Amino acid sequence: MKVKVLYFAALREQLGTPGEEIELPAGVGTVAALRSHLRGRGGAWELALAETKLVRAALNQDMAPPAAALQAGDEVAFFPPVTGG
Amino acid sequence: MKVSVQREDFDAGVEMRALSRDAKVGAVASFVGVVREVAMTLEHYPGMTQKALERIVEEAKGRWQVMDCTVIHRYGELAPTDQIVLVVVASAHRGDAFAACEFIMDYLKTQAPFWKKEAAGWVEARVSDDEAAGRWNGLPGTRKLG
Repeated sequence: MKVKVLYFAALREQLGTPGEEIELPAGVGTVAALRSHLRGRGGAWELALAETKLVRAALNQDMAPPAAALQAGDEVAFFPPVTGG
Repeated sequence: MKVSVQREDFDAGVEMRALSRDAKVGAVASFVGVVREVAMTLEHYPGMTQKALERIVEEAKGRWQVMDCTVIHRYGELAPTDQIVLVVVASAHRGDAFAACEFIMDYLKTQAPFWKKEAAGWVEARVSDDEAAGRWNGLPGTRKLG
């Protein structure tokens, strides 16, 4: 199943891309599993998405917890804690 | 209710007067956030920002007597003394207007997808912002905003 993944702010710069379409491997069915899958790419991905880093996620444009389940066609976004206002 | 995410500046006076035209309104509370000391660029998540702000306003309406509300948040390049954000809440009485206005700002700080970047780098989120938003939880009849 395919999902759209977006990256914002410092994360977008560290990863060098604003987003991509990803075909999820079997077993990658949650926001947390997707993050872990991306971390497996190594290099900047491993560093920027490390478990020690504060990374927030949104699923279909709503803030989402790590356990949120993914479905085909979903839009997932990863970003640092927000700093607006 | 008006929620706007825009590059352009806003006129707080105009927005406040617009919310005091209803004769039932007895209190209009407002907050303006301003750029302090250093220039910055505000990035946001276009698809989500409007929705997140509307959700925060709806939450405020569920908690207090809010007759009308305006939230304007700017993005793009901003210089010191530039206005960043405006929250205006109209209610019959000041208690609800003050509380809802402060609640909206506190939640906006932790829930709305904006990020500030200065010349020195990305601004880090502050723990005190999470604490400010967190103090609204656990109040009677309230629930946590995802």
